[in-house]
Amino acid sequence: MEHIVIIGNGISGVTTARHIRKLSDKKITIVSAEADYFFSRTALMYVYMGHMKFEHTQPYENWFWEKNRIDLKKGFVKSIDTETKKLLFAEGDSLKYDKLVIATGSKPNKFGWPGQDLDGVMGMYHKQDLENLERYAPNNKICKRAVIVGGGLIGIELAEMLNSRNIPVTFLVRENSFWNGVLPEGESEMINRHIKNHHIDLRLGNNLKEIVSDENGKVKSIIIQETGEEIPCNVVGLTAGVSPNIDFIKDSNIEIGRGVKVNQFLETNIPDIYAIGDCAEQHESIGQRRPIEAVWYTGRMMGETLAQTICGNRIEYKPGHWFNSAKFLDIEYQTYGWVFSKPREHEAHFHWKHEDNTKCITVCYNTIDNTFLGINTFGIRMRHDIFDKWLTEKRDVDYIMEHLTEANFDPEFYKTFETEILLAYKKTLQTV
Amino acid sequence: MSNKINHSMSLAKPDAQDISKKQKIALAIGIIGLFILVLALFNTNFPNKSVFLTLALGLISVGTIVYSRDAYLTKLEGIKNDGVWFKSISSRGTWGWIIGVILTAFYIVLYFFPTLLGQGVDGAPNTGLISLFDPLSKLLSGRPASQWFVYGTLYTVAIIIFGYKFILKYRHNKYQQLRTVSVMFFQLGFAFLIPEFMYVMNSDLPYYDLKNMWPLNYYNFDQYRIDSFINNGTIGMALLVFGVLSIFVVSPYLTYKYGKRWYCSWVCGCGGLAETAGDSFRQLSSKKMSAWKLERWLIHTVLVFSVVMTTGVIYTYLGYDPSKYWLTKGLFLILVAIFLTVVFVLVMIFKRNELGKDARYGAIGFFIAILLLITMHFTGTIDEVFLIKSGTLRSAYGLYIGSIFSGVIGTGFYPILGNRAWCRFGCPMASILGFQQRLFSKFRITTNGGQCISCGNCSNSCEMGIDVRAYAQKGENIVRSSCVGCGVCSAVCPRGVLKLENDSMEGRINPTEILLGNDVDLMDLVNKK
Repeated sequence: MEHIVIIGNGISGVTTARHIRKLSDKKITIVSAEADYFFSRTALMYVYMGHMKFEHTQPYENWFWEKNRIDLKKGFVKSIDTETKKLLFAEGDSLKYDKLVIATGSKPNKFGWPGQDLDGVMGMYHKQDLENLERYAPNNKICKRAVIVGGGLIGIELAEMLNSRNIPVTFLVRENSFWNGVLPEGESEMINRHIKNHHIDLRLGNNLKEIVSDENGKVKSIIIQETGEEIPCNVVGLTAGVSPNIDFIKDSNIEIGRGVKVNQFLETNIPDIYAIGDCAEQHESIGQRRPIEAVWYTGRMMGETLAQTICGNRIEYKPGHWFNSAKFLDIEYQTYGWVFSKPREHEAHFHWKHEDNTKCITVCYNTIDNTFLGINTFGIRMRHDIFDKWLTEKRDVDYIMEHLTEANFDPEFYKTFETEILLAYKKTLQTV
Repeated sequence: MSNKINHSMSLAKPDAQDISKKQKIALAIGIIGLFILVLALFNTNFPNKSVFLTLALGLISVGTIVYSRDAYLTKLEGIKNDGVWFKSISSRGTWGWIIGVILTAFYIVLYFFPTLLGQGVDGAPNTGLISLFDPLSKLLSGRPASQWFVYGTLYTVAIIIFGYKFILKYRHNKYQQLRTVSVMFFQLGFAFLIPEFMYVMNSDLPYYDLKNMWPLNYYNFDQYRIDSFINNGTIGMALLVFGVLSIFVVSPYLTYKYGKRWYCSWVCGCGGLAETAGDSFRQLSSKKMSAWKLERWLIHTVLVFSVVMTTGVIYTYLGYDPSKYWLTKGLFLILVAIFLTVVFVLVMIFKRNELGKDARYGAIGFFIAILLLITMHFTGTIDEVFLIKSGTLRSAYGLYIGSIFSGVIGTGFYPILGNRAWCRFGCPMASILGFQQRLFSKFRITTNGGQCISCGNCSNSCEMGIDVRAYAQKGENIVRSSCVGCGVCSAVCPRGVLKLENDSMEGRINPTEILLGNDVDLMDLVNKK
């Protein structure tokens, strides 16, 4: 029986395994050094906040794996011998495979800051990071202040986590407005205000110069590049993005760039070895997507696709319309299609913001033929299937604005804003 | 994989955040109020009962209100679940067990030893706790209090003050607010005040909480009630007709339109208490597959039991005095059998596919019920069915289901089993409404395309123990008979994936393998198979 080995038990690896099982009878083994069972990485924050226990982040009960004949192996892969098709583990044992799927995800970026490996410095990605945080920041007596470096999605989640235990947070953001490499100005500014409303000390346009150690090799303070200010703290969260977690591949003959290089079939340069999820890097970008997509949804989609290929139906990874979501403290964010931080050539944005500063939308459209290109929505839930359909049908932006009500996904009895939005939209058209 | 491998995977349980000074004061005020009740329980004879009763209930209410305001109004609007799994009371810790034991003990005394609460026997005046409530009872209906009046008052106060707390907790969520106002209204008006006023107007009528319908009020068709309905002219007959209509017409129609939530989380008193005072315990319900299996066996067994028991009770008293009731014993049994058969056949013809494997269990349940009816016919005499007194059957149901299951376990075990253990495992009404909801309702929880991140907040907060995530991560709508439509899964979802909706029956159940957002050809290939 063909043996499929998957390194990594995150969403990409597990989705692949599940779909292979649906399609075939192959032997499947999932290898992980991080956790015994698949858990939802995005939910780690809720464990620290006390909304859930760790076991609640596991989407399948423990009997699921045996019932579906998916073997789980705990072990750290040290290297891959592609000649003999064998994995070598740090623990000393080895495992033979017929086909190998690399789905090892990401690791937090470190940019060579002095002191970046001190005790009390951590990313927020792995289960072990959570355990570390629990050790160094259990409450505001042991952790009197935490500094977060890097204004992205993980940074703001870490700020929310620490906030839930009343630990004062200083949030260093390199850009002059939160996540403005991705979010248009109005949205980014709204989130700035929201962060400050939560009593988080947001420092825009500030970089980390160094992390200062105490006599025991533990964090004592950090120094800001721009001002030279020293901020005493007990924990430093490094959340300046992630990069593919592929150190163990570097000595093999599998081609790598920043990630494991794959073609559109998710195949590496070595036959029978595939890479998916955060750690895979496309030779050529697909559409306007980045070559490395470190997003839950794309990991899942690659898994769904690769299972077909492995089970004999070789197909390309051809994702549909872009979508994503996040939550910034209390404000939910969804996006469908493409809205870039600044309109590209022949693009324009329509922006509407509610006066309460917790809801806004930005609609991007083509200025030549008025085609709707994408929407960002904050504080108003919208329907994925409707926008997916509208994007496929290449509807024009007027149509979208007039039919926005159909896309509303807020709970029943919620106040709706479509009329107000449409009015604002018509008004902008007149002034142009 | 991290370079920091740590094999000790246990996550220590951190301390819960300490409460603020204001919350401590509020707690103290509430405890003083409770203490007055405890003193009364131990037969302290208060000089002016109305003053002390007002003081007790007032202090409890003020304490809860001040506490809630400080807990929620000092923060921005949003999901307020920080630390629920750290707090001892809401994570089966020491406080959880202590409260559980106190509540359970209270229910045992309430149901089986009311004299300990001070219930006067054979016309003797009340003493203790119950006598403290005499002034209020006299004010409302002119009669002294009873253990049920005390219980009803405390129950209503709990729903109102904890309802207020819940409204503050979800002050960004209109759905949560409206349905909480609704349960507060129905409890105060329909369950508490109206029955008292009805007694004032016509003291021969039995206590009737109009929103409570058979089989939840399993006693509704007992002979003493039927007789007093019949003996009370138009109003009595109207109540009887209403009782029958509400289970056979009103509730199926509303469930068809809105799902069983119209009752379970907007109207019902048991649901009302669970949603308000029990809110802090919702995460404790088990989401395991095994719990779901147990649930289906238990709740349907209770349903069969309640149908057979009620049929048995009616059957025997129909025989006492054939001149009084136009319905005869034999005809009644045949009507019940015909009704069950019609329901069974229609479901098997039209809904066979939706039931799937469960159809077998439905069939088993149906044949057991019919078999019991036949046995009833052959073993039944004027006061016996199955060779046992029907009264015995009725009291067994009242004891085991009505008291022990719904009261002692259902509410007493809130801090252990979660706040909906009765609704989930025992309530025959929930079982009937759930059956309608699963098969003939426009209601579903819609999932939003491919947006689920499997975080598990939805499952964690489901008081009915539904593994909501299992559906959401497949992009599949949630159409489950047990769902009471509380809407909290939708509220806590960080990605806007869940929405409670009433929409067409078409495409309501939509299992998918590949989620929206992927290659359309692949979706077609896999999902259309």
